[in-house]
Amino acid sequence: MKPIILQGHERALTQIVYNAEGDLLFSASKDNIINVWFTSNGERLGTYNGHNGSVWSVACDSQTKYLLSGAADNTMKLWEVSTGKCLKTWEYRTAVKRVAYSADDDLILSITEQRQGQPSVIRIYRIDREAGSSQSDTPLKEIILTGSKATVAVFSPLSDFVITGHENGKVAKYDIKTGEEVKSVSPEDGEGHRAEITDMQLSPDGTYLITSSKDKTARIFDSLNIEEMKVYVTETPLNSACITPVRPYVILGGGQDAMSVTTTSQRAGKFESRFWHKIFEEEVGRVRGHFGPINTLSVHPGGKGYASGSEDGFVRVHWFDDSYFKSRPFGDLEPDLEI
Amino acid sequence: MSYEMNGSSSTDEEADLQYELEQGYAEIEQRYAVDAQQGFENVIVIDGTPIVNRDRKDRLVERLKLLFEKAGVPIDDDRIEMPWDDVAETNKGFVFLTYPTAQEAQTAQRVLNKTWFGKAHQLFANYFADIDKYTNMSSGDGALPTGYLDRPFVERENMRSWLADPLGRDQYLTLRDNDANLYWNGRNGVSEVVRKSDGKPVKNNKWGELFCQWSPLGTYLASVHWVGVALWCGPELDGANGVNVLRFTHPGIRSVSFSPCEKYLVTWSPEPLDHPSTSSNASVRMTFAPEDEGNHIVVWDIKNIRVLRTFRHEPRSDLPPGTPPQLKWSPNDKYVARLQPGSAISVYELPSMLLLDKRSLKIDGVQEFEWCPPSDADFRPSELKKEKEFMLAYWTPEAESKPARVNVMSIPSKSVLRSKNLYNVTTCHLYWHNQGKYLCVKVDRHRGKAKSKDKATYCNLEIFRVREPAIPVDVIEHKEYIPSFRWEPYGDRFAIASTSDPNYGQPIPGVMVRYNFSFYQRDTKRDDFGLIKVLEGKTGNYLGWSPKGRHLVIATLGSATKYDIEFWDMDFTTDQNVRAKEGQDPGANITQLALGEHFGINEAPAWDPSGRYLVTVASAYKPTAEPGYSLWDWRGQLLSHVQADKFKQFIWRPRPPSLLSEDQKHKVRKELKEHSRVFDEEDAAEENRGSAEMLASRLRSLAEWNAWYSKLHEKIKEGQKLFGKIVKRKDVGEMESEKVEEWVEELVDDTEEIVA
Repeated sequence: MKPIILQGHERALTQIVYNAEGDLLFSASKDNIINVWFTSNGERLGTYNGHNGSVWSVACDSQTKYLLSGAADNTMKLWEVSTGKCLKTWEYRTAVKRVAYSADDDLILSITEQRQGQPSVIRIYRIDREAGSSQSDTPLKEIILTGSKATVAVFSPLSDFVITGHENGKVAKYDIKTGEEVKSVSPEDGEGHRAEITDMQLSPDGTYLITSSKDKTARIFDSLNIEEMKVYVTETPLNSACITPVRPYVILGGGQDAMSVTTTSQRAGKFESRFWHKIFEEEVGRVRGHFGPINTLSVHPGGKGYASGSEDGFVRVHWFDDSYFKSRPFGDLEPDLEI
Repeated sequence: MSYEMNGSSSTDEEADLQYELEQGYAEIEQRYAVDAQQGFENVIVIDGTPIVNRDRKDRLVERLKLLFEKAGVPIDDDRIEMPWDDVAETNKGFVFLTYPTAQEAQTAQRVLNKTWFGKAHQLFANYFADIDKYTNMSSGDGALPTGYLDRPFVERENMRSWLADPLGRDQYLTLRDNDANLYWNGRNGVSEVVRKSDGKPVKNNKWGELFCQWSPLGTYLASVHWVGVALWCGPELDGANGVNVLRFTHPGIRSVSFSPCEKYLVTWSPEPLDHPSTSSNASVRMTFAPEDEGNHIVVWDIKNIRVLRTFRHEPRSDLPPGTPPQLKWSPNDKYVARLQPGSAISVYELPSMLLLDKRSLKIDGVQEFEWCPPSDADFRPSELKKEKEFMLAYWTPEAESKPARVNVMSIPSKSVLRSKNLYNVTTCHLYWHNQGKYLCVKVDRHRGKAKSKDKATYCNLEIFRVREPAIPVDVIEHKEYIPSFRWEPYGDRFAIASTSDPNYGQPIPGVMVRYNFSFYQRDTKRDDFGLIKVLEGKTGNYLGWSPKGRHLVIATLGSATKYDIEFWDMDFTTDQNVRAKEGQDPGANITQLALGEHFGINEAPAWDPSGRYLVTVASAYKPTAEPGYSLWDWRGQLLSHVQADKFKQFIWRPRPPSLLSEDQKHKVRKELKEHSRVFDEEDAAEENRGSAEMLASRLRSLAEWNAWYSKLHEKIKEGQKLFGKIVKRKDVGEMESEKVEEWVEELVDDTEEIVA
């Protein structure tokens, strides 16, 4: 499994996402630009220029028509994927830490940073897919968070709830219509994650989601009831986690904090992507290569490969070998239904 | 004057009368005098006589008188009185003997006490006064003798539960940094944490303060701390407060040793004990008496946690500083002996800790002594109760006009059973066979004309066959110096390492001293010990027999370049070496099984009690590159290697000797096939169980996941239908068919031509 190395960023990667077909990969970085790549050969298709600060987050709709990005310049932008044109800019008072698309492409959300007296706010907008640049400025709903700020969020599979991960390790579910928190798993009750949640990604069909955390664990939660299903305990702080389709694995990535990287050797830094068996909670393999912590992981929607973006500024795109699909590390024990 | 002059006859008569009267009074006075000084000191009571009826009374008295006469303390008829029980029509089982003098009574008491009357009756002789004194002595309700603490009775848990492991495994304790962990040593190096009844592992993060040590039979674990030693026992080596832990205060403690039957404990601290009244330590104030001040060695009664006696210890100049003093125990914990170098051996009786016969054994120049160790049979309960004589060997060096001498003495009778003179002696070492069959005295000798008598250049082995009548001695002269000698446990063989390397004893970096290893065996035909095999030019400097004999390990310790561990079998039989079977060459079966290496090894290899496994340790107590341990089987196969920072100790838990008799063991050996079938099945089951359990748990989690997932998946699909929100997601199959074609155009050349 020889990876394709994408060298197009000058600074650390913040988030990478595949499009729904898996032929393109969007990468956001602290160097203010977003790149889009062909996953088959690593060729760069283009760049989305326009942000004036670290791009913290990107999201793509299921048609690969629009791209959404949030950055440290206090803006969220909507781009046309094919032309690279910026269609719309939303301005806020603080940085946009996370953006997300709903599964039906109708809704988007932004999380703004809690800073300078501003609370952390989740804003949900309706997107008109035909309207192009004339999108609404007023959010459908504003959820003003009290307590620990939100760091990550996704839409529930039926787009009726937002599921959030918080700085203190809390995972919560908010009703989009009312803006009320309906359910949470919080460290204050002695449950769930103990430290900041760094990433949250849905399973292919949205029935469950995986969260990664600085508490060195990743967990799977059921997306309807926010019930903890599985825990993967590692020995390094985790920055990202994703669920592989087709095969019953999850991929976890992380490493020493960026601050202490220079004082740790590459081996001790544990900058590897770790494959764990999703159901048995046992590690099955590791992929090395980065020389900085892995900041973001994304899996090919068809389960044919995955990509990792690191603090070292590189993206490594991996296509799985035949052996990956054939190997049965636990014998014939396979889940019945896997998408 | 006038008196005399006045007539002689009358005065003479008067004087005579006077004299007669005086004589008479004297006689009367003598007859009826109450002897206040003498008391009943001339009366002794003989207890334990047979009970007979009137018909046989006279006969019993006659027989007793005969016995006393034989013992050298005859008694007249009128001085023996037998109290009679008129109701039962029998005697009461004891007699009074009134000797003319206290001196005679004293002799009688000594010779008659514990003599046998016939086979069934042991007689006990006591002073009448003593009996009177002890019956009238108040037991002092509530007042305990000094040194006793009033402790409520607590029921001890089973102290030997670890022996009842259904798989018959041995336990070991590891010490890493301050953490102590206890494990079961399973087959092939598979170890399992020992768990308490609540499933939590047995471990402790305080036991590693100084070091740990097992008691000789494995009952107690001693954890040594700065303030003293704690003994842990019971199934969990701990328990409800105070149940399974015994604490002994001794500040600055550096060594502990147990008596062979684990009744007593000896602790030593180089720091003298404080005066209890001024000590800042409350428990020192409670435990010790003023006369213990300044002493270094404490002898304890383990069960009562009571000081029996303390001693001062002067370090010996001929031993390296910090060498713990040795109190040596007789096999059944009856005596403990201490060497007064050059002058005496002090033998103390237990539990009183008073000198045997109230004095030390004065032996001029005595340098070293050893008790004959207890054999397995000596640990049977019936043997432990018996009053027995124990053998003790000691040696004295050459003195003016006197040769050096080795003596074998019997205690408590103090009779010398065998002695042998030795010449040109530098020093002697005493090696007892582990079952007490033989004693080998390794005599380090110098040449008669040698300038320095302190450097031995060759050795004699004097082997005392102590079990045979008159104790014959075999002498083996060896031309080389022998640094180490080891008897084969239970066997009739021994191994020695010898060298004539001039570098021996002078640690020169980079120079390896070579040793020759020789094996000797008792030749039953010739009735002596014969050489059966020599291994030449080895770098190994440590010899370790398996505790069951037969197997042997030779290790290279203390070298910076070599870390070899050689495994040898003394009885390796195959079809090839038939000669050995026929008894022609007893050394032909000695075979090296394997050669291993443990980088950084700095401790003597230790066999487990069964002799099947060996552990080699690189301990952080001494400088080593890689602290950790390796576990080997007797064939020399490395089963596991653990490297751990600050790894200190690996100690096997000893086992008490087998309770089976030789016949029973022989029977088991004969029916080994029958027994082994059961164990083979268990082993096979054990192998499968691990994976079976894992499989079951995986199946369970898989089933749970499947059930949960299918339910949730359905729910979401329903929801999507309800809301009309079918996700427009491409099927995986479609993506698979997608092919990416890549056209690579290469510009080979680019030339510009100007067309005219």
